[in-house]
Amino acid sequence: MSADESPSQRGRIWFKALTGSDGLRPESPRSVRVADATLGGQQSRFIAVVPDAHNRFPRARRGQVGLDEAWALASQLRRTIAEDQDGARRPIVAIVDVVSQAYGRLEELLGIHLACAAAADAYASARLAGHPVIALLVGKAMSGAFLAHGYQANRILALDSPAVMVHAMGKQAAARVTRRGVAELERLGERIAPMAYDIRSYARLGLLHRLIEGVNADAPGAADLEQVRGELCSAIADARAGTRDLATRLHSPAARALRAASIEVRRRLAEQWDAA
Amino acid sequence: MSASVPRDYRRFLARASFIEMSARERARAILDAGSARELLGPFDRLKSPWLPLQDIVAQADDGVVLARGTLDGRPALVAAIEGAFQGGSMGEVSGAKIAAALELALRDCERDRPIWPLLLLETGGVRLQEANLGLAAIADIHAAIIALRAHVPVVGVIAGPVGCFGGMSMAAGLCSRLIVTRQARLGMNGPEVIEQEAGVSELDASDGGLIWSLIGGEQRQAVGLADDLQEDDAAAIAGAVRAAFARGPRRIERSAQVERFTARLAAIQPSAPLDAKLLRSLWNDGATH
Repeated sequence: MSADESPSQRGRIWFKALTGSDGLRPESPRSVRVADATLGGQQSRFIAVVPDAHNRFPRARRGQVGLDEAWALASQLRRTIAEDQDGARRPIVAIVDVVSQAYGRLEELLGIHLACAAAADAYASARLAGHPVIALLVGKAMSGAFLAHGYQANRILALDSPAVMVHAMGKQAAARVTRRGVAELERLGERIAPMAYDIRSYARLGLLHRLIEGVNADAPGAADLEQVRGELCSAIADARAGTRDLATRLHSPAARALRAASIEVRRRLAEQWDAA
Repeated sequence: MSASVPRDYRRFLARASFIEMSARERARAILDAGSARELLGPFDRLKSPWLPLQDIVAQADDGVVLARGTLDGRPALVAAIEGAFQGGSMGEVSGAKIAAALELALRDCERDRPIWPLLLLETGGVRLQEANLGLAAIADIHAAIIALRAHVPVVGVIAGPVGCFGGMSMAAGLCSRLIVTRQARLGMNGPEVIEQEAGVSELDASDGGLIWSLIGGEQRQAVGLADDLQEDDAAAIAGAVRAAFARGPRRIERSAQVERFTARLAAIQPSAPLDAKLLRSLWNDGATH
């Protein structure tokens, strides 16, 4: 990410399009948006992290998941769980367009690792409490930001668009840490699917519930929204019918092909778990 | 650092350094004597399928040692990360080993066969050569820790020298109890990555004193981001692990203490100077939560 590039607005665009609301909440920072809207007749809760150029933490002004964002996600999710404690569990849709976690001295000092853990904890707790949790990837889903906002979902959906990316680290930093050039990293990504940044390579890993094709990701029209709502509804139904853990991520044909080792480790460990 | 040197030099000289141990030695040093049984050991040859494609030599245990055994006679699982192999990074196999072990521990707990899960964390986070598979495995590890905590405390140890970073720092944040040494570091983003992303004026990654003051074990314990500060002594750490499990579950897990930490954060002015010492005076509401 270069500093002069303007921050992605996709999270805001899709949040507004799907909820008809700006999602501002007095108790949360402007960078965390929360609103309810119906999906196939069910009241559903949508949550997004969006850029705020005036964020009080300078390192979190470009759509990063910073300290305030992560704790606000945790707070809003726990509020949602509490509201539905005695009734129907609303679906929760995380709209994901997060460039990274916030990188900064202050962030480390103040424990951004715990803030992100708290957000992941709250998403997982919602899932375990019976909320169908769906992550909808409309832009970047990077590293700790994705772990905090979306990766604990029952089902992950993604728009098939070049700007939709999943990775563990931005390209420049990954190049420095692995002592490779950016060009070399890109070449490796073409050959080695888990190292690629693009969503089509990610889809080959078998972690996605669905890759949604043919949608205008920058400016969704009525037909695009109808298509995405339909995909959200079927993902919610699938989540309600399934278990509350993340086991389905190992079941797809794509997972069996490219994540065979993940499956093999589990099979052989189960054999050895109880002593003969 | 002279204040941190134990006064009794004989004890100091007699101690077994935990930091200097391999992951396998650490697992054995903590479990009850003679009780350790390694699972998916080197002879099972579950190696990374991705490293050889990049001309990097794989290791027969992929840098994670799993052992079952007992702690004070109670069933326990240790997942120990070998910091000396690829910086303790989480690849597909090493990550899956930890996730799968925690998932089986959860299955046992759900069948009324409680088992104490212990994580010996020594990791830079995702192994970038396996990027998205490491990230996915870490999400599985998070999920399993959170589900397990409903049954048993999950205890983590960060001893050093690698420390605990990236997505695995979140795993440390999810632990019910966290034991650290002064040599440990716990942070989301490694200093080099912050310097790369935000510039040397934000953080000078070569300034070790500054780094440890911000994210070192002593500071983390002082502000309630870790529970127990121990010397680099295998016997002391083994005792601290037993004490952490014996305390039982937390009333509210640290990563679920949203109101407490939101209030702490709301009182911080990002534009005002803040260093590690000042934070200790601000966040001095005790580690008893």
